[in-house]
Amino acid sequence: MENTEAAVLAGLAEIVNEETGLPADSITADKSFMDDLDIDSLSMMTIVSIAEEKFEVSIPDEEVKNLPTVGQAVSFIVKARA
Amino acid sequence: MTPDVVVTGLGATTPLGGDIPSTWDAVLAGVSGARPFDPAWVERYALPVTFAATVAVSPAEVLERPALRKMDPAAQYAVVAAREAWAHAGSPQVPSERLGAAVSSGIGGICTTLNAWDTLLNKGARRVLPMTVPMMMPNAPVAYVSLEFGARAGAHALVSACASGAEAIGHGMQMIRSGHADVVLVGGTEAAIHPLPIAGFAASRTLSLRNDDPARASRPYDVDRDGFVIGEGAAVLVLESAEHAAARGAQVYARLAGVGTSADAFHLTSPDPSGQGQVRAVRQSLCDGGLSTRDVVHVNAHATSTTVGDMIEARSIREALGDDADQVALSATKSMTGHLLGGAGALETVLTVLALHHRTAPPTINVDTPEPDLDLDLVGGTPRPLPAGPVAAVNNSFGFGGHNVALALTSA
Repeated sequence: MENTEAAVLAGLAEIVNEETGLPADSITADKSFMDDLDIDSLSMMTIVSIAEEKFEVSIPDEEVKNLPTVGQAVSFIVKARA
Repeated sequence: MTPDVVVTGLGATTPLGGDIPSTWDAVLAGVSGARPFDPAWVERYALPVTFAATVAVSPAEVLERPALRKMDPAAQYAVVAAREAWAHAGSPQVPSERLGAAVSSGIGGICTTLNAWDTLLNKGARRVLPMTVPMMMPNAPVAYVSLEFGARAGAHALVSACASGAEAIGHGMQMIRSGHADVVLVGGTEAAIHPLPIAGFAASRTLSLRNDDPARASRPYDVDRDGFVIGEGAAVLVLESAEHAAARGAQVYARLAGVGTSADAFHLTSPDPSGQGQVRAVRQSLCDGGLSTRDVVHVNAHATSTTVGDMIEARSIREALGDDADQVALSATKSMTGHLLGGAGALETVLTVLALHHRTAPPTINVDTPEPDLDLDLVGGTPRPLPAGPVAAVNNSFGFGGHNVALALTSA
């Protein structure tokens, strides 16, 4: 997979869509996982685990709280893959 | 006064159909739900059994996608059946604190457990998903039912192997009788068609090996029976106090009159050959329901098609009912549905309710040559009418561990 913000966002939106049923195009960079997408902690950790596998990166637990929005998670993943 | 308990809603997803009407139609037509499973399993694990009674309709066709991901199939089946039962009951208006749930599974989320184990072995702990534990726990099906309908009077998952579904129904009945709830969703579910449980049951030599003819494999009371056919699915009933049902003008399909339970304390897996535990359960269910053996016109037997179990039960029914057993139309519906394990007692209670409601005893298929010692009137390959007027029926369920549960029902 191409390591661009757009490609990672699309990949992450797919994971969030699978987990929550929210339409993929509603999962945009500005959205907060908890406040806007109503994702609980168990679902969040599911998304992290699947994202780690899909993007072949490590997202340590202590980092997850620093990534409250989709955009921040995308940036973290892109940087980790670089 | 102890409230009377009535059945006002039925739901199921079974090897014969994705709901009650399709399941009942298939039962009346004498259809078998047994079919070959994934041949790759057989090849990869050298399974001695190549077929099972898998659900006719996948929950993926019915449930929303994200919900599906968070539930083991055992919970998925329970929710599908509960939704149908609730709608069938007319979605009763009942305060949350007066609505209960009792839905059991004999084994729990075993497919989740085993899939998570594969993930752990192949990819390590970091890839094991956080929903693993809540999906594997055997109370997950009832927890989802409680969540979906806001059942706050209590949510229970009594486990007693293949008697679990019947045990849950008995417990739900007691919740109403004790004044703890007005309406209770009760039932059983199982989703254990996976190579491991199949290998385990096959190792205990309890599964039929009739691989060349799956539809003819489950044949309770036939001289050539050679074991049970593992099935999956769920059945749920809406139990309600008679008063509550009458107040809202609900249709009553049958009355759940009594429950009898006993334990063999004989052997972990073999039924007590004397059948005394089973006899006590049947008698207790009638006594509890204020019924006499004369009232009983139909029995839905546990009869799994194992060589030993079927005849022990047949003798215990004869002993419990005495001469009055002569007037009983005996049905063994596992000949069609396969054995739903923790779902069996619930599905067979549903079929008993339908038998009373439609005054029709279901057929028992595949009995080419009945056991010569079968001293009961077995309904053969075609359904049989039941008498008019107030009548009673008994549903038997037994489980590994020596659990015996009999439920006595009467016509509405």
